[in-house]
Amino acid sequence: MSKQKIIPIGPYHPLQEEPEYFKLYCEGEKVMDVEWETGYNHRGIEKLAEEKTFEQVYFLVERICGICSTSHPFALSNCLEEIGNVEIPDRAKYIRSIIGELERIHSHLLWVGLAGHFLGYDTVFMWAWKYREPVLDLFEIISGNRNSYAMFTTGGVRRDIEQSKFAKIRQELSELKKKVDLLTGAVMDDPVIHARTKNVGIMTREDIIDYAAVGPTARASGVQIDVRKDDPYAAYDSLNWNVITAEEGDVFAKAKVRLLEMYESVKIIEQSLDKMEKIPEGEIVTNVWEIPEGIGMGHAEAPRGEVFHFVKTDGTNSPVRHKIRAPSYMNIATFKKSCVGQTISDAAISLAAVDPCYCCTERMATAYDNNTREQILNGDQLIKQSQDKTREIKNKIK
Amino acid sequence: MNNREFTEEIKERFADKITEVQQQNDMRLTFKLEPEALFECAQVFVKEKQFRFIIASGLHSKQGFEIFYHFSNDTSGHVINLHLVLPYEQPAVDSLTDLMSAAEWIEREIHELLGINFKGHPNLVPLISEGNWPEGTYPYCKDFKS
Repeated sequence: MSKQKIIPIGPYHPLQEEPEYFKLYCEGEKVMDVEWETGYNHRGIEKLAEEKTFEQVYFLVERICGICSTSHPFALSNCLEEIGNVEIPDRAKYIRSIIGELERIHSHLLWVGLAGHFLGYDTVFMWAWKYREPVLDLFEIISGNRNSYAMFTTGGVRRDIEQSKFAKIRQELSELKKKVDLLTGAVMDDPVIHARTKNVGIMTREDIIDYAAVGPTARASGVQIDVRKDDPYAAYDSLNWNVITAEEGDVFAKAKVRLLEMYESVKIIEQSLDKMEKIPEGEIVTNVWEIPEGIGMGHAEAPRGEVFHFVKTDGTNSPVRHKIRAPSYMNIATFKKSCVGQTISDAAISLAAVDPCYCCTERMATAYDNNTREQILNGDQLIKQSQDKTREIKNKIK
Repeated sequence: MNNREFTEEIKERFADKITEVQQQNDMRLTFKLEPEALFECAQVFVKEKQFRFIIASGLHSKQGFEIFYHFSNDTSGHVINLHLVLPYEQPAVDSLTDLMSAAEWIEREIHELLGINFKGHPNLVPLISEGNWPEGTYPYCKDFKS
């Protein structure tokens, strides 16, 4: 029998700066099985929400995730408006869509940068994060904050986007498109990136359905699901845009889906701005005096996939039960499929390919000898292995 | 998906097991059913109707322990709930892990936070804690005192 080792990834020496613990069971270079431990970041937010008023819960759920901070208020507002049967003003719908899409762009750019780093392309990392900055600046112009924008409330949005800011937003988007062209070109045409990401970490369509995975992870395996199209909310059904899918299910397909989605997001924002020009400023919220007794199921397409909120109310000013399901909760479990059978050096990028968010679900990775229980690799060394592999391929191609 | 036709079909197939049907709005339906019919009903939703399992929400109420299983029809945009009520004493229901891997984590979580037993789950160990909470500590129960 060959000797099996365990490679622990986590919990406080993370691949991506947040706590989660993966154990990779390895035989030689090959990953045979994956196990994970979560809970390092559990904050009891669902329980806490029961002690807050609905207005306060928005600020609470906005703090679930530091990257896609608006996706949770988005799902919550859909949920509460469903219980209260509230119709929101058109201008608020467009503003919501703009905020949601700007967030998708900066989240995808962040992922492209991290993926570049794991593959040993630190230039891509620096470019992508540099290009992300103007998007955060736009958020500051719109909301006053680079993150946690506090834009959402039941019945609409809390702040308007004034017409005077449109020119600046349009100009930044047009600059951004050029930068995304550059990144897309760099990723799509680079033989080394192809060698490192094609046929790596493959998720089949059946795996996606079995694990009920969502977002770009599902769309990269040919499962065409996107809440924005399937159960439209905000202004998405009145705009012209496409759901991006790929068939291969590997890391490259996931990168391709995210890169191309950024163009769709730009389209959505530009069209929203056009439509908003015809609506007077200031009409941004419908007053909601009470949330009646009932249940609501609100979902929204976050950058990583569907965020789902279930709220049960009893006619008071607080939820009786508030269940929150982030997309990473479903996507992380797919590591059992995407990592098993890979080499250790491909594990880092396979784990990163679903863009796991541990604020939402939680992260970390290490390697142990299965027999002696001694640590053989930590997260940094894993990333280094991945980067070394890229270097070797580069040298061969040269 | 036509709500009325779908409701009639499900009611017909599960006859006395469906005790109540609520339509929250055009896109949201909730079937309250007897716990023993859960697996069979979920099987129809997932395998036959190609619904996607979103998540399950467990809660502690005056009626006992309740679980809402949320499913999404990604073609029509409907969200359909299967709603169960379990007794306070030794709440248990069949695990859906044989049907789909997606149910593994959430059943562990509900078991840990509310104490509901999922019969047939292959590995019903705590998801969030290290398993070091005192016995009988279920933080999401309404009578929990920290």
